[in-house]
Amino acid sequence: MRGATHAKWAAGAVVVALAATACGGGGSSGGSGASGIVRSSWGDPQNPLEPANTNEVQGGKVMDMIFRGLKRYDPKTGKAENMLADKIETKDSQNFTITVKDGWKFSNGEKVTAKSFVDAWNYGASLKNGQKNAYFFGQIDGYDKVHPESGKQTADTLSGLKVTGPLTFTVKLNQKFSTWPDILGYAAFAPLPKVFYTDHAAYVKKPIGDGPYTVESYQRGSQMSLRKWDGYPGSDKAQNGGVDLKVYTDNNTAYTDLTAGNLDLVDDVPASQLKNVKNDLNGRYINTPAGIIQTIAFPFYDPAWNKPNSDKVRKGLSMAINRPQITKTIFNDTRTPATDWTSPVLGKDGGYKAGLCGDLCKFNPTEAKKLIQEGGGIPGGQLKIGYNADTGSHKQWVDAVCNSINNALGNDKACVGAPTGTFADFRNKITNQKLNYPFRAGWQMDYPLIQDFMQPLYYTDASSNDGKWSNKQFDALVDKANAEPDTAKAVQDFQKAEEIVRDNMVTIPLWYQNGSAGYSSRVSNVSLNPFSVPVYNEIKVK
Amino acid sequence: MGRYVIRRLLQMIPVFIGATMLIFLMVNVMGDPIAGLCGERACDPATKAQLQQEFGLDKPVWQQYVTYMGNVFTGDFGTAFNGQKVTDLMSTAFPVTLRLTLVAILFEIVVGVTLGVVTGLRRGRPVDTSVLMLTLVVIAVPTFVTGLLLQLLLGVKWGWIDPAVSPAANFSELIVPGLVLASVSLAYVTRLTRTSIAENRRADYVRTAIAKGLPQHRVITRHLLRNSLIPVVTFIGADIGSLMGGAIVTERIFNIHGVGYQLYQGIVRQNSQTVVGFVTILVIVFLVVNLIVDLLYAVLDPRIRYA
Amino acid sequence: MPESQQPDGAIAGTGAGGAMDLATGEATTLEKTPGGPEGTGPQGKPRSLWSDAWHDLRRNPVFLVSGAIILFLVIISIWPQLIASGNPLECHLSKAQQGSQPGHPFGFDGQGCDVYTRTVHGARNSVTVGVCATLGVALLGSALGGLAGFFGGFWDGLLSRITDIFFAIPVILGGLVLLSVVTSNTVWPVVGFIVLLGWPQIARIARGAVITAKQNDYVQAARALGASNSRLLLRHIAPNAVAPVIVVATIALGTFIALEATLSYLGVGLKPPAVSWGIDISAASPYIRNAPHMLLWPAGALAITVLAFIMLGDAVRDALDPKLR
Repeated sequence: MRGATHAKWAAGAVVVALAATACGGGGSSGGSGASGIVRSSWGDPQNPLEPANTNEVQGGKVMDMIFRGLKRYDPKTGKAENMLADKIETKDSQNFTITVKDGWKFSNGEKVTAKSFVDAWNYGASLKNGQKNAYFFGQIDGYDKVHPESGKQTADTLSGLKVTGPLTFTVKLNQKFSTWPDILGYAAFAPLPKVFYTDHAAYVKKPIGDGPYTVESYQRGSQMSLRKWDGYPGSDKAQNGGVDLKVYTDNNTAYTDLTAGNLDLVDDVPASQLKNVKNDLNGRYINTPAGIIQTIAFPFYDPAWNKPNSDKVRKGLSMAINRPQITKTIFNDTRTPATDWTSPVLGKDGGYKAGLCGDLCKFNPTEAKKLIQEGGGIPGGQLKIGYNADTGSHKQWVDAVCNSINNALGNDKACVGAPTGTFADFRNKITNQKLNYPFRAGWQMDYPLIQDFMQPLYYTDASSNDGKWSNKQFDALVDKANAEPDTAKAVQDFQKAEEIVRDNMVTIPLWYQNGSAGYSSRVSNVSLNPFSVPVYNEIKVK
Repeated sequence: MGRYVIRRLLQMIPVFIGATMLIFLMVNVMGDPIAGLCGERACDPATKAQLQQEFGLDKPVWQQYVTYMGNVFTGDFGTAFNGQKVTDLMSTAFPVTLRLTLVAILFEIVVGVTLGVVTGLRRGRPVDTSVLMLTLVVIAVPTFVTGLLLQLLLGVKWGWIDPAVSPAANFSELIVPGLVLASVSLAYVTRLTRTSIAENRRADYVRTAIAKGLPQHRVITRHLLRNSLIPVVTFIGADIGSLMGGAIVTERIFNIHGVGYQLYQGIVRQNSQTVVGFVTILVIVFLVVNLIVDLLYAVLDPRIRYA
Repeated sequence: MPESQQPDGAIAGTGAGGAMDLATGEATTLEKTPGGPEGTGPQGKPRSLWSDAWHDLRRNPVFLVSGAIILFLVIISIWPQLIASGNPLECHLSKAQQGSQPGHPFGFDGQGCDVYTRTVHGARNSVTVGVCATLGVALLGSALGGLAGFFGGFWDGLLSRITDIFFAIPVILGGLVLLSVVTSNTVWPVVGFIVLLGWPQIARIARGAVITAKQNDYVQAARALGASNSRLLLRHIAPNAVAPVIVVATIALGTFIALEATLSYLGVGLKPPAVSWGIDISAASPYIRNAPHMLLWPAGALAITVLAFIMLGDAVRDALDPKLR
């Protein structure tokens, strides 16, 4: 109800719309539904709400509302555009001079300065703070001192960061990386107010940032109320009075609550309800590409999967999967069959190349059978696909993939799913190289660059190269691309590297994941950004 | 009697220690929880070590256990991975779950026992058969489906209830979830009561009571039911624990942030602090309920005495 | 009255419970003389309660019907091909969620597998898990619970507190810990696990029932006449305490079949591509709005199984109850 005071922007028509929703709903719940407030589904964030410690979508939603960094990814195109950055200059792709725009403030009135950034980055990188996104600062000079591979850190601040004026600072990278400024849109690079360091406990309970919303109240595990910050200096001001994020134990419950009129936005429609969306929501449903690709990764550390002819087996398996049928039947078109190893959200210029996989990603049972035979058959006679059982509904698509392979090979036990109970256990098995069979791999981009779809996943010993694939030619191309100051040429080099991934079928690309959301008749202008996070500030309440 | 109660209370100490140690060990055996915190990306070794140190996971298990128990006695149940105090989690989850369990138990007592008495007295009649059929449906159809359908019908189609329970979780919001939660137990209670009633109906004291010309109503409640309730009370007593800790499905469907849900989250995220904390409280609940059930035996059947 | 309810009386003549002598402390004084260690009830004298029960059962239509259903379930568990020649693992996604059609009377499930074939072939795993786990739980639970209730005092304290500790283990945690190390492809680890975590419930029920039953006059009378503990337990107390155990066990049978699915879902139950009712029920559940037929058949099979065992339990209980004669 308090939100009403913030709703001065709303036209008089609000009353009519409100009356309309009251009819649709089964009464008010928990005091929400105030004018101009968007009621949205949420999940409890896994980590404390610190920018450099938030690595999943639920925490990301809050970050996206209360923080603005040097750059922001355009919600539609995904292009990194200057936000707080006045200019970012470099001559050698290694030393950058960053100028922060004047006039930005945190919602508590503190000015955003160069120091706000440098201190925040130092905090995020420093080992002793245990921030899960610390690796984002890994390209900055001095990271190895602040965050050594093992042992104690020998410095508290990154030597590559220097404040040179109230609004300027310089960044020195430890190697050339021409597109580095484009990663600055990621939440980990957000500036932090002084109170973050001085009263950390209070801060985590009620975070303060420089974004279009402020946190009005936060009840851990049940609800966060965000309200429009009237003093927000940016151009992407909130178009609504605020957002109430409500924690749901299950996305199906959130969906049901939406259909009952108690909720305005559900950003993760359960697969089992997708068939009902048309009837239930009367078209108020969006399904847009997100920067997520699902693949099947192979254990190259296991000799059985790393024989000279193994690539034929992998290619054969890829051709034995009827992708369009699975994305249609199992996912109701919330996935798109993959034809390369990146994501459509990158756009053509960004490096997405439809059809790069060619025939290898097309369903062809006869060729599949032939290739697998030529490659010496499936190691061990049976293909297992590892997945974790506790999150997502992986069982469904793994079973479908296996059935597709079984039918193609004419053997009802050629492929079976291999579930692991918990995500943590699944990750442990992978990082300790305990899995001797292929496993599901999902990659959600950190920032919309083709580099993010290649280097972390396929570079020798990279952080997410779970299968431990290694190829000198690939590494060389990535190094070359990173040093290339011309973006178009860099993208070409990355695509050449991607062709090596294809020729070896390092992972089987399955499908690009879409973000999906359903919304009530009370709100409009709902969209999802390329990270499948709703663009809250643009939502309009009728 | 008093001595018996004191003895039982003292017995709680070894059970408490045994149960917490067992659960602590089990969560530890599940392996390293840190890997799950870094998403699809492998944690870099340094961050991993840092986090392990932060959560005390770098020490040997016995030492972790001793530290943990030491803290528990000062009222500190540790911290969940999202930085929230486990005591905070418990103080929001337990009251909600307690209410939900109460509603479910009430259903079991009122509906279950009534149906049990009716079917026990009318064995083989249509009412007995229909209740049996209902029992089968409840057993064969998963709670998930019953809950979902009720939620759709009552919450969306007819608009009688809110499909999702609000964070406040008042009793009135918990009636339908309580019924769903109780459904399988209802089957047990009904059939236990039915069997007991059918068995005791022919007992001498009932015949005597009827012969004395006592009204049927009085015979049933005073004589028949009282003596038939021991298995039912035993079952409900044992059920309280499982209802409190195992309401995962019901809590998920109706958006109840209760013990079952938190416990499940703790288990899949392998957070020993959360899991052991919640189970510790649950163990205390089991023990107290057990004691009450045993004392009730003596009330229901005066021949039973405790030294 | 009570005396007449015990056909072989409290005269302690007809065989002293045979091999297992559960007596630990008291009441072994007079007992050793008459029966001897090898005494099984002579057939000429009044039949024992148990053989009496069998005699009754054979004439009970409820028992015969339930027996027939169970026999049928056992047969299709062993030879599912008798009535379903298809392959339960043959699934074509193009047919997913389709309804009944010629040759496929129950339609197809979410993966496009034939529901009829899967329901018939799922019987083996589900019935094995249900029946074996129930038997194990009932035997272990009633043995430990019965002993606790019978002896009381120290033994009750010890056994009941062990029960409490086992009760405290959350099933999911237990499953993830204990079953994840198992690599066996059979149903036995699942059965063993359910027995391990399931017995406390029956133990409680059995203990309560034994505590009540041992107060009965005829038990006191038998004790006064010097019946051994084992004789008291098996001859006098067990028949009068078995009813609630049977009730709980027969219903638990259904829940165990469903529990297998939960464990399988977490990847610690039956190893894929195992077929069972539980697995199919849990896979079909989210689609209840769109394709209820996928749930109907495996759930129906589960219901019939539970019905058969509930009927069987009822018949057995009636047969054991002398008051009904």
